[in-house]
Formats: sequence, structure tokens, C-alpha cells
Amino acid sequence: MFGRTLAWMLLAAPLAAAASESVKLDRLPADVNPHDRASLQRGAQVYVNYCLGCHSAAYMRYNRLQDLGLTEQQIKDNLIFTGAKVGELMKIAMDPRESREWFGTPPPDLTVIARARSSGDGSGADWLYSYLRGFYRDPSRPTGWNNTVFQNVGMPHALWQLQGEQVLTTEVHLIPRGTKGEVEKREVHKLVLKKPGAMNPAEYDRRVGDLVNFLVYVGEPSRQFRVELGIYVLIFLVVLLVFAYLLKKEFWKDVH
Amino acid sequence: MAVAEKQPVTGAGPFNGVLTWVDQRFPLVSLWRDHLAEYYAPKNFNFWYYFGSLAMLVLVLQIVTGIFLTMHYKPDAAQAFASVEYIMRDVPGGWLIRYMHSTGASAFFIAVYLHMFRGLLYGSYRKPRELIWIFGMVIYLCLMAEAFFGYLLPWGQMSYWGAQVIVNLFDAIPWVGPTLSEWIRGDFVISDATLNRFFSFHVIAIPLLLLGLVAAHIMALHEVGSNNPDGIEIKKVKDARTGHPVDGIPFHPYYTVKDTLGVVVFLIVFCVIMFFMPELGGYFLEYNNFIPADPLKTPPHIAPVWYFTPYYSILRAVTEDFMWVLAAGLIAYLALVILAVRNPVVRVAVAAIGAVLLAGFFAFEPKVWGVVLMGAATLIFFLLPWLDQSPVKSIRYKGPLVKVALALFVIAFLVLGYLGTLSVTEGRTIVAQVCTLIYFAFFLLMPWYTRMDKTRPEPERVTG
Amino acid sequence: MADKELDWGKRRFLVAATSVAGGIAGAATAVPFVASMLPSERAKAAGAPVEADIGNLAPGEMTRVEWRGKPVWIVRRTKEMLESVVQSDGRVADPKSERKKELTPEYARNEFRSIKPEYLVVVGICSHLGCSPVDKFKAQAEAFEADWKGGFYCPCHGSLFDLAGRVYKNKPAPDNLEVPPYKFLSDSKIVIGEDTKGA
Repeated sequence: MFGRTLAWMLLAAPLAAAASESVKLDRLPADVNPHDRASLQRGAQVYVNYCLGCHSAAYMRYNRLQDLGLTEQQIKDNLIFTGAKVGELMKIAMDPRESREWFGTPPPDLTVIARARSSGDGSGADWLYSYLRGFYRDPSRPTGWNNTVFQNVGMPHALWQLQGEQVLTTEVHLIPRGTKGEVEKREVHKLVLKKPGAMNPAEYDRRVGDLVNFLVYVGEPSRQFRVELGIYVLIFLVVLLVFAYLLKKEFWKDVH
Repeated sequence: MAVAEKQPVTGAGPFNGVLTWVDQRFPLVSLWRDHLAEYYAPKNFNFWYYFGSLAMLVLVLQIVTGIFLTMHYKPDAAQAFASVEYIMRDVPGGWLIRYMHSTGASAFFIAVYLHMFRGLLYGSYRKPRELIWIFGMVIYLCLMAEAFFGYLLPWGQMSYWGAQVIVNLFDAIPWVGPTLSEWIRGDFVISDATLNRFFSFHVIAIPLLLLGLVAAHIMALHEVGSNNPDGIEIKKVKDARTGHPVDGIPFHPYYTVKDTLGVVVFLIVFCVIMFFMPELGGYFLEYNNFIPADPLKTPPHIAPVWYFTPYYSILRAVTEDFMWVLAAGLIAYLALVILAVRNPVVRVAVAAIGAVLLAGFFAFEPKVWGVVLMGAATLIFFLLPWLDQSPVKSIRYKGPLVKVALALFVIAFLVLGYLGTLSVTEGRTIVAQVCTLIYFAFFLLMPWYTRMDKTRPEPERVTG
Repeated sequence: MADKELDWGKRRFLVAATSVAGGIAGAATAVPFVASMLPSERAKAAGAPVEADIGNLAPGEMTRVEWRGKPVWIVRRTKEMLESVVQSDGRVADPKSERKKELTPEYARNEFRSIKPEYLVVVGICSHLGCSPVDKFKAQAEAFEADWKGGFYCPCHGSLFDLAGRVYKNKPAPDNLEVPPYKFLSDSKIVIGEDTKGA
């Protein structure tokens, strides 16, 4: 009987372990709009203030952010804290060899992170949205932080001042199984906000949504233009199709 | 050497003069006549006949987009990944050229697989078209090599580890394997040296080969004339007055016009994908490839690009247990062949080869035989013209045995392809093994079931 | 191949219409390819305006900055140097910089070819075949010119330029040294590559 219970508990463990295999991700809220310039600008601001210290976006130029409705002067004044020129790439000063020593692995460049993190579990945006809201205090980790989406991540919670501090609680559910009184012990993990931050959870979620919106844009700045151009191209091709079809039909009248 | 005076060019309006001048020095008019205006193709080409010209269109597309990408791409391990993002962002129109090239790569394989399937359906590989088929198969192999070399160039995680896995396969070759792998790589692991030489293969070596082979493929076709969905030879019935096949129509204008329509439909599908979903769920542009190559970190799930997955499945299906199944299959097949063959010398030879193979099955690791079977799976297509012993060419006149065999083959191929995108489990391995057996049985048993099959008589004239 | 009543007019129209539409498709497709060969954002960023600090430049001294891969000289001219410019009026081929208007922007089409007489800003590339001339500011007898008033000497083929960058008569170089777009950000900072009209 004990063996059975043990077996069920062991079953529960791999289910709870959020390894690189299937993880349940929250979806990026549907109201996060890639055409919302204000949202993208807020996201840019969060990125430059909280992320760019460690994470370069080294394939992205500052002056491309004019896409977001900003002027070069606005970009220079609000988004460049180093001496970089507005036409330069969003690089950082940190040497990857040193950061590998400090963090275990150099903080990755984030230019195309929103494309890289897509998988069968969800889009890259979903992954980022869940990840940035999944940090919790964990004294066993060198940074003092862990993450439900990325187990044992080397990154501390950069946005802790905004979100506050979450902890991971474990609820043990006892579910009766079988006829001899065995129970299945299922562990359910939940994140609970222990110390509030500068934003309440709803505000924080919205701000993370802005940041993810920005990262999706940075992943492919031409995306909007690509889709718009595509519509015109397809309309034209349909017209060409009509002519090509009529032409074929006309010539093939000869063939019996 | 009395040469008949060439007639001046007429019917080209204001260009008559210039074209006549050229034609006196270059076989312009005869090329036009032999290959377009007076190349008589069967009038009953259907949907399956679009894919040859579409494959040629994609070849041109890949070359043109490739030329422009090469203007900006840097074949250096330290700069390659960044140069692709440079093309996507900093080069005007670069993102569009990149997506054309990535979508084109997959489109090329879709066109080529459907083009090959047409051959299977209508017996286009049968005499006298065996050489067209052989050229085509060599083109297919070159295309796979071209795609493999090209895929390393973005230098992402999939690029790196995919190349690492495939080149390591050469390690499996007894005695020379490891040295051969090092020679291919130019280093102990996939590195900058490998990237540079794969760039050379991808940009010039194989494209030149491909262009030559495509020219040979079309020349061989025009020498004997095209097959058709009924599998009958249209040259057998000629018009008494003109000498042209009664069921033939000149390629120009009929098929130039029809292929134009095919091109427009293709472009619509192509543009829908390219403009609205270039990644196609990670099948056309794999997500892991947006992470720069890291020799120290293997991704949890390496899979080749979709067009290689059927063969990848076959490679993975060969396990220790499966060697017993293969041994049993080999013995059964040897028995079949020995019974069918009369000549005692040949019988002994077959038995000897069989015995050597059988010994090899257990002398070498299953890993080696996985590679062998994967290679055999591509190469066995070459034998098709001689395996198919049916009295008729086209599926339309073949009986239920062949139809079932072909259907099973297609299903097995598609299942193997799908399994190749997934990670290995015990259940999936068994399915892959069954499909591998079906795959090889389709070819190896063909001489028997095509002879046993109940065919219908072929018509004299095409039926449309 | 029996021909019934072929509607040649319809055929001609459809061939024309399809060809025109196809031609438009072809031309449109060519656009991104041609555009891809234009200077990329990286090239444009590398060619961006450059700031030069002239706060520490002593009178009679020259400093050099690189702009768009070319050397740009900034000379802080003394009173004597400015006088020698006036004296050289008769020796130079194009004293008023009228020959090639594009080499001398409006704000430099004056006596001293500069915004402020004190500072000369010119691109240091000889207008003959592209060598970079050497500075010879001292007014003294030289091997290439007995009565040398000071300026620049090009060692490749012997062209001479005065202290306003104007080319001497009868020398291989045809034109004055180019004055790039520039403007003063402050008394001690010049930006090369941008002028008040906007680069």
C-alpha cells in the first residue's frame, strides 16, 4: 500500500517539474495590440531602463525606433543613457566572459528572443509574458530568485521593484483512489504575492504586456509592413490570375 | 560541306533583321522550333504536370535571391548570425529577399516531391525515359546537399547541431569514418572552417552542378518526348499530312500559356505564406535557429528541416532489435530472389552477397546500418525503371496490387516524415520501423507484384 | 489541331493584358532587389555626422577628423595666415570658388571660404587624383615654390593650395578643396556632415 502511494507521488513529481519539456504558459492578453504605439513606447522605456544594462539588443538600431512614432531627438533624450549615437546598435558594455563568471551564463542578446522562444506550448510572446511574471523568492538560488517557467534560471528578477516579491506555495491535494483507502498526493504550485511592489498586479501585468509587445516588435520590425504589403500583392496576383486563366481558356479552345 | 542556306527570320516584325543575323551565327531558330514552337507534347497533361516548370521557376528564384543575399551575408562564424539580422533590418528590402529564399527552399522540395510523385503515378521513369529519371534523381540528391549546406549558413542552434549530427554520421563508416568526418569539417567539430567551405558549396559548386543537370534532364526529355497520364507513346500515331503526333500539341503557345497560369497560382500560395506566415509554425523557419550557435549547449530536441524528416525517421528506426527483423527480412528476400532466378551461378552469387550482408548486420553496430538504410532509402529510387515490370506504364491501367502498394508507400512516407519532427518514444519507433519495412517493400517486391498485378489494356489514343 | 473561328482580337487583348500585368509584377518584384543595393542603415550610420572638438586648438594648428571615410582638416588660422589668403588671390585659379558650385557651400563662398574666418574646414583630398596633401603653413621659400605664402602641397603630382584651400594656377589639380557641410554647435564644437540647411 505504501508502495502504491509512493508510486503515485513519484508520478506527480515529473508533472510538477517545469523542465524544458511541456510547460503551461499564460497567453499574452488579446488586448495587447502591436499597432498601439503608446504601448510600444512604454515597452521601450521599460527595456532601456531595466533590461539593457545586461541584455543587449545588438541587431537593433536606436534610430529604428522612429517606427514607434518617436523623433530622433526623443530617442536621444529618453532612450539613450550611454554616449551612443542615435544610428548605433543597442549594444552593452558588459564583457560576456565576465558575465559568464558572474551569472553562470552570459545574459543572452534579446533582439530575436520573441521568435526564439516560440514552441508547441505557445508563442514566444506567451513565453516571455509568463516568464516575466513567474519569478519567486528562492533562498536556495545564488540570486535569491527562481522562475516557474525557466527552472533555476541565472537571472534575478529585474522588475522586482515594480511587481513586488512572489513566493511559490505548495498545496498538497489528497485525492482518494482505489478501494483500499489509498490516496494520490498531488502537489499544486501557486505563486502568491508576498510583498507588494510599486505597481499592483493588474498594472504590472499591463506593463509586462507592453514590454513583451516591444520585444515582439524588435524581433521583426518589418512585420507590420510585411503584412500590409502582402495584402496589396495578393490583390494584384488575383487580378493577374483572372487574366492568366482567361488567356489559358482562350488558347485551349483549339485543343480537343 | 554543303549546307542549305538558312531562311531569314520572318514573323518577328521589326526584329526580323537582328534575329536573322543571330540565327546565321547561332542555332536560334532551330532551338526555338525543337524545344518550344514545334516540340509536340501530349495534350492531356493534368495537375501533376505543373511541377516541373514550377521547380525550374523556384530554381531561378533561389539563384536570384541567393545572389542578392550573398552581397550582404558574412560567411564567418563570428559574423554570420549578425549578418542575417543585418539583412532583415538594415538592408532596404532585405527582409523580403530573405523570406523569399527561405520560403523558396521549402517550396522547391514541395515542387520536387510532387514532380517525382507524378513520375511514380504515370511511369515516367519507364523505357525510354530511364536517363531522364536518373538525371532527376541526381538533381534530387544535389538539392538535398544544397539545402543541407545552406542550412548551416545562418549559424543558429539548429544550423550548428543539425550539421554536427549529420557530419558525425560519417563517423559510422568503418575504418575511414572519423578521418573522413574531419576532412569534411576541416576541423574536429563544426567550426568556422566548415562554415566557409559549406558557403562555397552552397553558393557556387552545387548551383553550377544543378544548372548543368537540369539542362541535361530537359535535353533527355526532349530527345524522347514527354510521357502523359495514360502512359502511352503519342509518337506511335502520327498525322499523315503533318507528321506530328495526333495527340500532341506544340509546347508553345499551349503549355507556355498553361504553365503561366500554374505559375500565378503557385505565386499566390507562395506569397500567402511568405507575407503572412513565413515561419509556417516553425516548419519553414525553425524557432531554435533564432538562437546563435552555441557549441557548448545542445538544444533538447534536434530535428532536421521537414523535407529531410522521412529519411531521418528511417535512420532512427534502426535499433538493435530491428536488426533481427532486417535479418529475417533479408533471408526471406534472398529466398524469393533465388527462386525467381534460374541461373545457378547467379543464385550462388546472390546467396554469397546475402551471407556477407547478414554477417555484417551483426558485426557492425546498428548505428552503421541506420546510416546505410537511410542512404539506401534515397538511392533505391534509381532502380525504379528496372524494378517496375508492369506491362503498362500508368496507374490508370494498373490493377489493385499496384494501387494498394503505392498508397501504402505514400502513407508510410508521410508518416515517417511526421515522426521525424517528433522526439523518440518506444511507440513511435515501432511505427517508424513498420513504415520503414513498407517503404523498402514497395521497391524490393515491385518486380513480383507488378507482374502479378491485373492490368487493363492501354488505349491507342489519349483519354484526357 | 482544327481551328474554328479564332477570335484573334480577344487573343491579342488577353496576351497584351496578361503581359502588361506580368510586366508590372516583374517590375514590382525588381524593386526590393534594386533597393537592397542602396546604402544600408549600417552604411548610413557609419556616414553619420562627426563632432570635432576645437576647444584646444591653438592658433596656427590643424586637427584632423574622419567623416565618411575621408579626412577633414580644421585649421585655426592666425592673422598672418588670413593675410596670406588675401595676397594669394592673384595666384589661384578660382579665387571666388565659382567653377564648381557644389564644392563650396553658400556660407563658405566668401573671402576666406569658411563660416568663421578663424577656422578653415576642408576635406583633405586633392582634387586631382585623390591623394592627401601635406600641410606647409610656414611662409618661406620651398623647393616647389620660391615665394611660398603658406598652404598645402600635394606630394603626388605637385598641386598647391592656399590657406583657404584654393588651388594654384597651372597645377594638375583642377578644383579648390571641397568644403564639407558643417556648422558650429558652440565655440568649441564643430559638427561635420550637417549644416544649418540640414545634411
